[in-house]
Amino acid sequence: MKMLSRRMLIAIAASAVFAGHASAQEKSIVVASTTSTQDSGLFGHILPMFKAKTGIDVKVVAQGTGQALDTARRGDADVVFVHAKPAEEKFLAEGFGVKRYPVMYNDFVLIGPKADPAGIKGSKDIVAALGAIKAKGADFISRGDKSGTHQAELNLWKVAGIDIGKDKGPWYKEIGQGMGAALNTASASNAYVLADRGTWLSFKNRGDLVIAVEGDKRLFNQYGVMLVNPEKHPSVKKDLGQQLIDWLVSSEGQKAIADYKINGEQLFYPNANDSGA
Amino acid sequence: MRAPSSELPIVFDGVTVTAGAVTILEDIALTLAPGAPTVLIGPNGSGKSTLLRVAMGLLAPSRGRITWGGLENVPPLRRAIVFQRPAMLRRSAAANIRFALRAAGIPRAEHARRTSELLELVGLGSLADRAARRLSGGEQQRLALARALARDPAVLFLDEPTASLDPTATKAVEDIIRTVSERNIKVVMATHDLGEARRLAGDVVMLHRGRIVETAAAASFFDRPQTAEARTFLAGELLV
Amino acid sequence: MPSDTTALQLVLSGDPALFAIVRLSLYVSLSAVVLAALIGIPLGALVALTKFPGRQGVIVLLNALMGLPPVVVGLAVYLALSRSGPLGAFGLLFTAPAMIIAQTVLVTPIIAALTRQTIEDLWIEYRDELTAMNLGPLGRVTALIWDARFSLVTALLAGFGRAAAEVGAIIIVGGNIEGFTRTMTTAIALETSKGDLPLAVGLGLVLIAIVIAVNALAWTARRAGERLAG
Repeated sequence: MKMLSRRMLIAIAASAVFAGHASAQEKSIVVASTTSTQDSGLFGHILPMFKAKTGIDVKVVAQGTGQALDTARRGDADVVFVHAKPAEEKFLAEGFGVKRYPVMYNDFVLIGPKADPAGIKGSKDIVAALGAIKAKGADFISRGDKSGTHQAELNLWKVAGIDIGKDKGPWYKEIGQGMGAALNTASASNAYVLADRGTWLSFKNRGDLVIAVEGDKRLFNQYGVMLVNPEKHPSVKKDLGQQLIDWLVSSEGQKAIADYKINGEQLFYPNANDSGA
Repeated sequence: MRAPSSELPIVFDGVTVTAGAVTILEDIALTLAPGAPTVLIGPNGSGKSTLLRVAMGLLAPSRGRITWGGLENVPPLRRAIVFQRPAMLRRSAAANIRFALRAAGIPRAEHARRTSELLELVGLGSLADRAARRLSGGEQQRLALARALARDPAVLFLDEPTASLDPTATKAVEDIIRTVSERNIKVVMATHDLGEARRLAGDVVMLHRGRIVETAAAASFFDRPQTAEARTFLAGELLV
Repeated sequence: MPSDTTALQLVLSGDPALFAIVRLSLYVSLSAVVLAALIGIPLGALVALTKFPGRQGVIVLLNALMGLPPVVVGLAVYLALSRSGPLGAFGLLFTAPAMIIAQTVLVTPIIAALTRQTIEDLWIEYRDELTAMNLGPLGRVTALIWDARFSLVTALLAGFGRAAAEVGAIIIVGGNIEGFTRTMTTAIALETSKGDLPLAVGLGLVLIAIVIAVNALAWTARRAGERLAG
């Protein structure tokens, strides 16, 4: 192998690797979003419609809310689509986002074992239910990953008057992973877990788990979308990103969201025109 | 027939080779001149291999000088060596020879012709495409000879080439050595087989413990050894 | 990918999404092995054949780097390729080339360390002959590399096995984006976390089958080559 031909080989290999990449850059955006929107299948349903209409490839990187916002802060995403309003408003205040648009909401449900050791099945009061779980020391799985779901869970403990950071016992298990993993763990150890309805509906490994508590207004879970601020990160594709945002809040996008059903059950409720959301 | 080259004579002038505290060759004064084969004999450990390596240019003396055709530091372009257990490349016999031709800078256009000539010379013509590592010991030794000759050397060094061969293979190799010598290539060979020394030598150099004890023309050496060491060795007794 | 069918049904029906994932997995891992070989083989040969201060330390380091944890590599490459990182301007994060880069980092030490060992052993065997033929450094290196070709193929296979099996590095730098950076291993991770275990197991079997097939192919080639060249 002469020196010359070896260098040529490296050049050919490298350019083959990167040529494919260059053409894929054409009309695409990166959206940092949460595992719930991906795992529930929503994106799989609505994004092909967006692509058919605009020709834009939407590349979804599904992480927890905290991680998604950090990815956007680093400029590695063009749009961020999460469900933790306080964290989103902080993101805006820091100057990383342009404007927050409410898009849709779904609700959380408290999942638990059929045997119901905390005695809360069928309740509509999430706060009382959490109190019962702590009192009985029933096993509870927390996502523990700074996600929107995790933040909602922490908030509910606070509303229940429980300082979960101090008062947790061996019954409270933080796994630091996504919704699917949390459900898997709960299923394997017959524990309670707070989940978004969408992921629960598409989750297959239920074991003995059922919905224990639902319908409490405090389980309401709002999603918002923001364009990452091009002034902070000039590489942001602001026109393409804004097209996605505009579509999501348009009547067409909102209808697509409402039409997504699992087993005939609607998962997400569009509310882009609810300015208080 | 080849014109006399600039490799010869090879002159050792007070050459000493040490490795750490051990002296392998001591104060060697020797001239290797064109002509009949020079055979190095002596017990194991007497320094024959080391002397060949110094003459080939693979090892530098710790003290003293060695010159080729009157010059120091001559690169081994027209010298070749065959080791006792030659290493075969993982390719065919012919490919081994072609490798040697390439390494010697022989033009590519000549490769095919020279390869088949060399294979014929050493009697491996029918084994050209056999994997070299699958050849028998004797065949590998002959291939190593062909590889060495591919360099078109003026001097050919051989380090105990038949030590691990049976009589048939030994005869084949000795025949090739004779042919080579007749083509005016200077052969310098180490052996511990006295019979072989008698068969091939023009001159004999006897080594013992790193020193030259006696040098003479073959007939003189074998019929009228001058030194006690030579007489002991020729009598077949252990020389310690 | 429809998740209410088993992976076997998908394979038999020639599901295009599954084949796209398989193609991407092979593209990423094979590219990484090729790049790692172009860097690692000359590097290993260089360390084997040259004397330089600290050589033993470099050898120990190369051997140790064979065990680089994939997640650590993923994190390091992620930080480097992020828009906020030193190489951010290339916009490589969350793309297939980023995954190739991460896997190349993982695989190069394996190939370099194994090459170094093979070439060094071979050099001991061939040193006298190659020196006697008055070969310069380049001649020696090419002779040794060619003669070591079968052992080097084994080293490449070890590298491919490492690349094809790992998920930690590529899931971080690739983002597991459907249709773009989702490979067999990241798909398995995803389906497992979604609780679709039958599908995950099916994908796992497909992956194992592919790795076995690649190894069988290389083994056949090696046998044929050895028969010809000994």
